Amino acid sequence: MSGERVFKYVGTRPIRHDGLDKVTGRANYGSDFTLPGLLHGYVLRSPHAHARIMSIDTSAADAMPGVKAVITGADIPKTTGVVLLGEEGRYDLGHMGDNLLAHDTALYEGHAVAAVAATSVEIARNAAERIIVHYENLPPVLTIDQALAPDATILHDGLVTKGQPLPDAPTRTNVAMRTELRRGDVDKGFSESDIIVERQFTTPMVHQGYIEPHACVARYGEDGQILVWTSTQGQFIVRDCCAGILGVDAATIKVIPSEIGGGFGGKIPVYLEPVAIALSRKAHRPVKIVMPRDDVFRASGPTSGTKVRMKIGVKQNGTIVAASGSLYYEAGAYPGSPAGAGAMCALAAYKIPHFVIEAYDIVVNRPKVAAYRAPGSPSSTFATESVLDEIANRLEIDPIDFRLMNAMVEGDQAPYGPKYGPIGLKQVLESAKTHPHWQAPLGLNQGRGVACGFWFNAGLGSSATVSLSSDGSATVVTGNPDIGGTRVAQALMVSEELGIPTDRVRPTVADTDSIGYSDLTGGSRVCYATGMAVIKAAQDVRDQLLARAAKIWDVDVDKVTWDDGCAVSLEPSTDRTSLTLRQLAEKMPHTGGPIIGRASVNAPMAGPAFAVNMCDIEVDKETGVSRVVRYTAIQDVGKAVHPSFVEGQMQGGAAQGIGWALNEEYLYSPDGVLQNAGFLDYRIPVASDLPMIDTVLIEVENPLHPYGVRGVGEVPIVPPLAAVANAMNDATGIRFTDLPLSPPRVLKALLRD
Amino acid sequence: MATIYFVSGLERYTGGVESLTVDAPRVRELLETVTECFPALKEPLELMSIAVDGEIHQHPDYLKLSPDSEVYLVPRISGG
Repeated sequence: MSGERVFKYVGTRPIRHDGLDKVTGRANYGSDFTLPGLLHGYVLRSPHAHARIMSIDTSAADAMPGVKAVITGADIPKTTGVVLLGEEGRYDLGHMGDNLLAHDTALYEGHAVAAVAATSVEIARNAAERIIVHYENLPPVLTIDQALAPDATILHDGLVTKGQPLPDAPTRTNVAMRTELRRGDVDKGFSESDIIVERQFTTPMVHQGYIEPHACVARYGEDGQILVWTSTQGQFIVRDCCAGILGVDAATIKVIPSEIGGGFGGKIPVYLEPVAIALSRKAHRPVKIVMPRDDVFRASGPTSGTKVRMKIGVKQNGTIVAASGSLYYEAGAYPGSPAGAGAMCALAAYKIPHFVIEAYDIVVNRPKVAAYRAPGSPSSTFATESVLDEIANRLEIDPIDFRLMNAMVEGDQAPYGPKYGPIGLKQVLESAKTHPHWQAPLGLNQGRGVACGFWFNAGLGSSATVSLSSDGSATVVTGNPDIGGTRVAQALMVSEELGIPTDRVRPTVADTDSIGYSDLTGGSRVCYATGMAVIKAAQDVRDQLLARAAKIWDVDVDKVTWDDGCAVSLEPSTDRTSLTLRQLAEKMPHTGGPIIGRASVNAPMAGPAFAVNMCDIEVDKETGVSRVVRYTAIQDVGKAVHPSFVEGQMQGGAAQGIGWALNEEYLYSPDGVLQNAGFLDYRIPVASDLPMIDTVLIEVENPLHPYGVRGVGEVPIVPPLAAVANAMNDATGIRFTDLPLSPPRVLKALLRD
Repeated sequence: MATIYFVSGLERYTGGVESLTVDAPRVRELLETVTECFPALKEPLELMSIAVDGEIHQHPDYLKLSPDSEVYLVPRISGG
C-alpha cells in the first residue's frame, strides 16, 4: 500500500508509446500479417438455428482450381477435456471444439460446419458455397421461456443442472446451472417491510461491438511446429485451447498477439485459430482467416439476453430490509452464461439483512455467449437499480440519499460471502451528491436518472521482465495484449521504481515463447495484477543495481540505498556519494554483465470497484426518439496510474452501456435467423450520438497493490442501463422494464400512457 | 482455528451446518477436513473460488491461515 507515498511519474499523462502507430494506421492488427505462400480461409455456416447434420459433401469444393484444403467437424477431434483458464474457470474443450466446426448438430444460425482454404478469399467463398450439407431441421429454442417450457426441445442430451438445482428439477433440461445466494429470513424481511416493489425486467442479447473483426494467420510446419498470429485478449489462452482441442503439446505452438481493435471479453474464446491450423496442416501452407462482419455478429461474442424478476422491501425510513430475485440468462448454444456473476452483483452495493437470489444458466439456439465487460452485472443491476429508483420516488427520498443510507462500507459482508476491504461506494455517492450535474436545472422533456454499479475485479497470474540497456533506457515485457493503454501504464510503473523517464522505457507485449505465462487481458486485471509483476521486476533491477554500486564502492550492499534514480551511499566519502542509473548501466559489462529483472505473481481477486452514473435524457414525445444530453461517470479507481486512460475506460463503458440501454439488440426471425447482423442495422452509439461524458475519479487505495491500484475497465458499463432507464422514467413518468428504449418502444408506451 | 462458512445454498451439502471451525494450518488442510465431514461438498467445491479474509483466490491450497481467518466459498466468475 502506498500510504503517503508521493509519486513522480504515476498519475501523469504521457503520450502512449503505441499512439502514433495507431493514429497513423501503421499499427498491425489481426488481418495485417502475411507469410509467403499464404492461403485464405472461409468458413461455411449453418443457415438453420437448429438442425441435425445428415451429410456433408465437399467433393465439388475440393475439385475447384485454387482450393487447397477443405475441412469439416470430422477434422476437429471430439474432446472431453477441460482447460483451466484463470478466473474463466474451466473451459469445456468439447463444447469449444464443437463450436469451431459442428460435429453432429448445428446449434444456431451461423454455426460453422465446414471451412475452405484457397488461393484467394473469393475462391474460398465460392468453393464453400459448393459444399452440399444435408440438414434435418429441428425445432429451434430461441427464448428463455421456450427453453424452460415443460415440453421444450432439449439442445443437449445428457445435460444436467449443475450448481444448486432445485430438488424437483427435471432430468431432461436446458438449464445448465442454478446458483443461489441466501441470507437471513427473506419472508420475515418482507413481512417487516412498509413498501415492497416487484417487477420483471428483460434485456436483449447484445454484442460487444468491437470494431476489429476476428482475424488470424496459422502455419502448421512439416515438423509439427505451429505459428499463430491473432487478435486476442490472451495469447496463452489461444495456445492452450488450440493445444487441447487439437491434441498437441502447448510447446509446439507459438502465438503472437497482434494489436487488438477492441475485445471487451469477446476475444477471449477461440473461433478461428484451430480451424486455420487444421486447414494449414492439410494444405501444407499458411492460412489466414478474417471473419466477415456479419459472421462476427452471428457466430462470435454476444452476451446473454436476460429475464430478471426483482422484489425489494423497505421500511418507511428508507432502510432496505429484504430482497428476492430470479435471474434467467441465455447461455447460447453451450452452457456458460454469466448468470452466477449476475446474482453476486445484483445486491452487492447495499446492506440487506434478508435476501435470496437464484440464477439460471440456460442454453438456447443462439450463438454461445462470451464475456462482455463485467459479465452478468449490467442486466441484474438494471433490475435492482430500477426498483430502488421506484422505491425512492415512492418514499420521496433523494435517490442518492436513499442509496447512501443503505450503502456498503468496509467491513460489511458482501452478498456472495466475504467482507469488503476498503471500498469507495460512499465516496462516489457523496461525490455525485455534490456534483454540479445533480443540481443543474433540466430542460423541457428532459429527465435525470442515477444508478450505482459493482464489479469484483480479477487478480490471477502475470509475468513481466524489465531489461536495462547500457544507455540507461529500459524495456518492459509482459504477456497481456494492450486494450486500454496498459503498456504506457506499465512504463510509468518502471519509471516510478527506477527513475527513468517514461519515454525512455519501451513497453512490449510478447508472444508465448518470449514471456512467462500470463492470464488473459480481462477482468480489469492488467494494470492491477500485471502491474504488480512489472513493479516487482523493476524492483529486481533496482536491487541488482544496488549490488553493482556496492561492488564498485567495495562496500556491503546494505550500505547503499536507492533514491530518485540513483544509488546513494549511506556512508558517503569523496569517491563514494552516488551513482546514477545511467552510470551504473554503462558499467554493466564491468560489474557482472546484463541486468534483467523478472517477476511473476498470482494476485488475489480483490479491490472491487463501485461506480455511480448520472444521466440526463431528452425525449421527443412525438417520435419516441431520445437523446442523452448530459452524462457524468464517477468511480472509485483505487489509484489512476495514467488518468487519461482511466477516464477513457469510464467514458467507453458509459457509451457502451448507453447503447445497450437505448438501441442495441439482436433481432431474430421466428425460425432463429439473425436479422440485423451488421452495424447499419445493429445500432451502436457513435461520437455524434453522445455528449462529452464527464468523469470524476475517486481514489480509495486498494491495500493489495503497492500503489493502491484497483481494476477500472469493467464497472463503467454496469450503471448506465439503469441510469438511462431511470432518466427516461423521470422524463416520461413511465417505468420501462424492457430494453432497449428504442424509439418504437418508447413511442408505443407514450401513446398507451 | 479458522472458520469456514457455508452460505449461498451450500448448507444443503452440509446438512444445514452454516459454519465449521477447524484447526488447519493452510487452506488445503481446511478443505480436506471439510470434505471429510461433508463429502457431498466435494463436487460443488470444484466450481468455487475460495475467499480468505476478503481476498478471493482460485488455487489457494498452500495459503496459510491465521487462527481467526474467515473462509468463504464463492462461485467462480468470468471477466471481460
